[in-house]
Amino acid sequence: MSPQTAPPSTAEVPTAQQRDHATTIYERSVPGRRAADLPAAGVPETPIEELIPKSLLRERPAELPEIAEPEIVRHYNRLSRRNFDLDTGMYPLGSCTMKHNPRLNERVAALPGHARLHPAQDPRRAQGALELMWNLQQSLAEICGLPHVSLQPSAGSHGELAGLLLTRAYHADRGEQRTKVLTPDTAHGTNPATVSMAGYEVVRVATSEQGGVDMDDLREKADDQVACLMLTNPNTLGLFDENIAEIAEILHSVGGTLYYDGANLNAIMGRSRPGDMGFDIVHVNLHKSFSQPHGGGGPGSGPIAVSDRIEPFLPKPQVVRTSEGNGSGPTFDLDYDRPKAIGRLRGFQGNFGVFVRSYAYILSLGGDGLQEASETSVLNANYLLSRLSEGRTGKYLPLGVDRRPMHEFVLSASKAKDDLGVKTLDIAKRILDFGFHPPTVYFPLLIEEALLMEPTETETRETLDDFADTLEAVLEEAESDPAIVTGAPYTTPVRRLDEAGAARDPVIRQPLG
Amino acid sequence: MTRYTSATNSDREEMLARIGVDSVDDLFSGIPEELRLGRPLDLPDGLSEAEVFDRLRQMSARNTDADSEVSFLGAGMYDHYVPAIVETIISRSEFLTPYTPYQPEVSQGGLQTMFEFQTAMSELTGLPVANAGLYEGPSTAAAAAYLAIGATGRKKLVATRGVHPHTREVLETYSAGYGSEVVEVDLEDGVTQAAALAEAVDDDTAAVFLQQPNFLGSVEDIEALTEVSKAHGALVVVACDPMALSILKPPGQCGADIAFGEGQPLGNRLDYGGPSFGFFGAAEEHLRRMPGRIAGQTTDVDGRRGFVLTLQTREQHIRREKATHNICTAQALNSLAGMIHLAWLGKRGFVELGELLVRRTAYARSKLAEVPGVSLVSDAPVVREFALSLDAPIGEVLDLCAAEGVAAGYRLDREYPEIENGLLVAITERRSVGDIDKLAELLGRAVSVGSEAPREKEAVS
Amino acid sequence: MNAAAYPEDLKYHPEHDWARVEGDEAVFGITWYAQDALGEVVFYEPPAVGTTVDKDKPYTELESVKAVSEIFAPLSGEIVAVNEALGDAPEAINSDPYGEGWLVRIKVNDPSELDALMDSAAYQAMLDG
Repeated sequence: MSPQTAPPSTAEVPTAQQRDHATTIYERSVPGRRAADLPAAGVPETPIEELIPKSLLRERPAELPEIAEPEIVRHYNRLSRRNFDLDTGMYPLGSCTMKHNPRLNERVAALPGHARLHPAQDPRRAQGALELMWNLQQSLAEICGLPHVSLQPSAGSHGELAGLLLTRAYHADRGEQRTKVLTPDTAHGTNPATVSMAGYEVVRVATSEQGGVDMDDLREKADDQVACLMLTNPNTLGLFDENIAEIAEILHSVGGTLYYDGANLNAIMGRSRPGDMGFDIVHVNLHKSFSQPHGGGGPGSGPIAVSDRIEPFLPKPQVVRTSEGNGSGPTFDLDYDRPKAIGRLRGFQGNFGVFVRSYAYILSLGGDGLQEASETSVLNANYLLSRLSEGRTGKYLPLGVDRRPMHEFVLSASKAKDDLGVKTLDIAKRILDFGFHPPTVYFPLLIEEALLMEPTETETRETLDDFADTLEAVLEEAESDPAIVTGAPYTTPVRRLDEAGAARDPVIRQPLG
Repeated sequence: MTRYTSATNSDREEMLARIGVDSVDDLFSGIPEELRLGRPLDLPDGLSEAEVFDRLRQMSARNTDADSEVSFLGAGMYDHYVPAIVETIISRSEFLTPYTPYQPEVSQGGLQTMFEFQTAMSELTGLPVANAGLYEGPSTAAAAAYLAIGATGRKKLVATRGVHPHTREVLETYSAGYGSEVVEVDLEDGVTQAAALAEAVDDDTAAVFLQQPNFLGSVEDIEALTEVSKAHGALVVVACDPMALSILKPPGQCGADIAFGEGQPLGNRLDYGGPSFGFFGAAEEHLRRMPGRIAGQTTDVDGRRGFVLTLQTREQHIRREKATHNICTAQALNSLAGMIHLAWLGKRGFVELGELLVRRTAYARSKLAEVPGVSLVSDAPVVREFALSLDAPIGEVLDLCAAEGVAAGYRLDREYPEIENGLLVAITERRSVGDIDKLAELLGRAVSVGSEAPREKEAVS
Repeated sequence: MNAAAYPEDLKYHPEHDWARVEGDEAVFGITWYAQDALGEVVFYEPPAVGTTVDKDKPYTELESVKAVSEIFAPLSGEIVAVNEALGDAPEAINSDPYGEGWLVRIKVNDPSELDALMDSAAYQAMLDG
């Protein structure tokens, strides 16, 4: 990157956004103003106290903003400009799969037959929705290599919990009560909390020098008290565990289940399937591999795919196909008659709006397109790594584990910290000034000063080049004047924030009146 | 090259050369031979954008949506009018496409909207602290139960049958993991009786779950129920309809420890059940156990006001299995839709809407109660929904109404078999007096057709 | 406190806790290394006076910007005093881990447990190892 295009390295002159002091919608409120006009009730204006006893009514109205529509729109438009987003630039957060969100998917999700369909509609009058869910189930089953799917879980963490509750029900059905769940120390952050919520004890399995499960440690810890092993493959180092078949054998020989955290499914679609690797239960993040927009922190969806032996325990209701070939085509229904089911995980049928988007994505790409998406994501990651392996990035930010990665990889800024005095956090903050979102930082915990990068298939080669040049430029600055990097960012709407102060003395709502 | 990737064949070759491998296959060499799929996925070929649109449009046309009939369906999700600005704002890339705000310097928009949302939820629930949103309504109950179990060191959960059946089912599901049991308390005359509740609550009870208004639409006396629940130190958790909180005394002022609910009525589509959001408010003492994302106010190095995710370390407990919960999604976009809807309604509009619902529902209830063969399940006050018992098979009645373009309501037979031919009718500002009159007329016809011996009832003019 | 320090008059536990014995009582806190690893401490809720603590078992938690961590008891005994001032100013644990940042004072059950703890040199050797 040429010096002419380098962003400012001081904050002496505040940007326009920095001068725009944050003002909440409550602070824009003026008594008497309003946006809504409601239809007339069309019935007598009986005093409310005559319909509901006064003792059950509010004494004062809830404090909500009083503001007209034009100002609401301006307020949120102004706020929107204080966000970085995927449509603006590359967002290489590792294990998050920030791929393009096709707008076709938004359009089909908004069709009245989808968006305006009540979840309690009689299944006979929701055949299109149930067929869509059925088709999505079949597609995910094929991609995962496991025959049965429930779309109910609302997010990956919800799918994880479902997986462990399924495991519990499966063992209980066999008259067994197991106490432990194994997780590798490269596990996703939510895994241990999920284990605890499902009533199990977490047992850590070490990682080998090659970045996979430490087989000796696994053999030692796998006993008849182990309910399940939760794995991601490729794991959070971006590495495919070659021993996976043997791992599955070990787990199955002690009667445990093998759970696949689908956060990294985007690496292997059409190339390899968790079911074929020996996994019993898989969760899929529709907001990662299947293009549902992240919405600034939701919504997502975390369907689960399972093997035959786990199927009886899937949550209810389950979408089923009831008849075919009588001339009228198949019909679909919701099956509540599942005596062994773990029960419900949430209200109604799941995040249907997300199903529509992901189904549209699968229809758009087809089987070969999904495979190509995975191939390109791996190509992009390896290309970016090849660019980052040279120059200053190669010198100061080496690979955490020196093996060819798949769709993501971990660099360690330990050397940058020791030699230049700039930490992972500093590098991440300086990247912001260059107009990119930084990678995932300080995860996985196994690698010191970790930077976990996942470019996804939807970035162009030119963008990857720009990103590599940016990291090189940041390190060049760090060599000449580390204070530039440790003081970053300079150009963002606000600069580094006092997180300790926020946690010590929490102010989490607007003080009013 | 698929529709959403850019790598051409020559890009691909140059990139592979740069990496130092001959083919894309080489990049997958880490997968053992026997674990490679070795065949194409058995899925249809990709379709053009126009084809996908047409196919999904055709599929969606096989659903009877709330635009193509007059719907009195509710049961937690309601057909409110969502103002146009909601869609306009949440469709913006800057709200639609970012990840969770891990880099606060470039996420102030999202973080500030969370802060505003938390303020509104705190106001609605009457509780001092609220989070930025959870998955949806019923599963939020499970998060409340987990908090209560952690806070009290007890395991038993008590829920009245006035709590949404889905919520009670979710509590049962999670209880397998929590090691809890769920004890249900029957309703009498459609409401929870304090005496019956008092009998179920004991020194082992971690939490008592109530719902306001309850699933059958009746307004409960939360203050009285809270008092008996607290006698043994249990936490009181109240599920609430956010629209009803416009006029009903908020749970926080009734002594509740936690109030939560399904957020769909605020700014969210029906979407056949999701995505929406769950809201969660709590007493101050539970702040550091509260699940989910929380935005907090702070300052930057130059003293500028800003917002960060705060109190998140509980999710990253050094022994991560001791984290307070595993939920790491805030349904941020759905919560934002809720906030915009509330801002649009505003302080006065929100109350006006609540009053409109109460009055129109009162009209509907008395109108339908006059229909021969239709009786009320409860005389308790209601806000926007009420339960009926019919003198005719519920399935036949619903079919007859549907044939006339009316979804008469939510059938209660699976979840409340004790109510004969039960029907739950929901009213929103979109259901006019004319719609209600039509429902009355149809129910009258359907019940007289469906019942062999229609009950005598005087028609009131 | 910017520079690492491990006072000679303290006994150290491998979970990075220290004990200062004063008669038949002992004061506990966390070491410079522990507070540095935790980062800025934001919340500490002292345990109740009268609670029993067991050597090598967690007796309280500290919340920092990075994590919530369990704090282990270097010795067994009964809590006779807690540092209430940390409720308002937990940052003292970072700024003065051996002074204002003390956590609890206990009545020691079994003075022989001291033998299992490290002196400053041994603890520093463990950190370097």
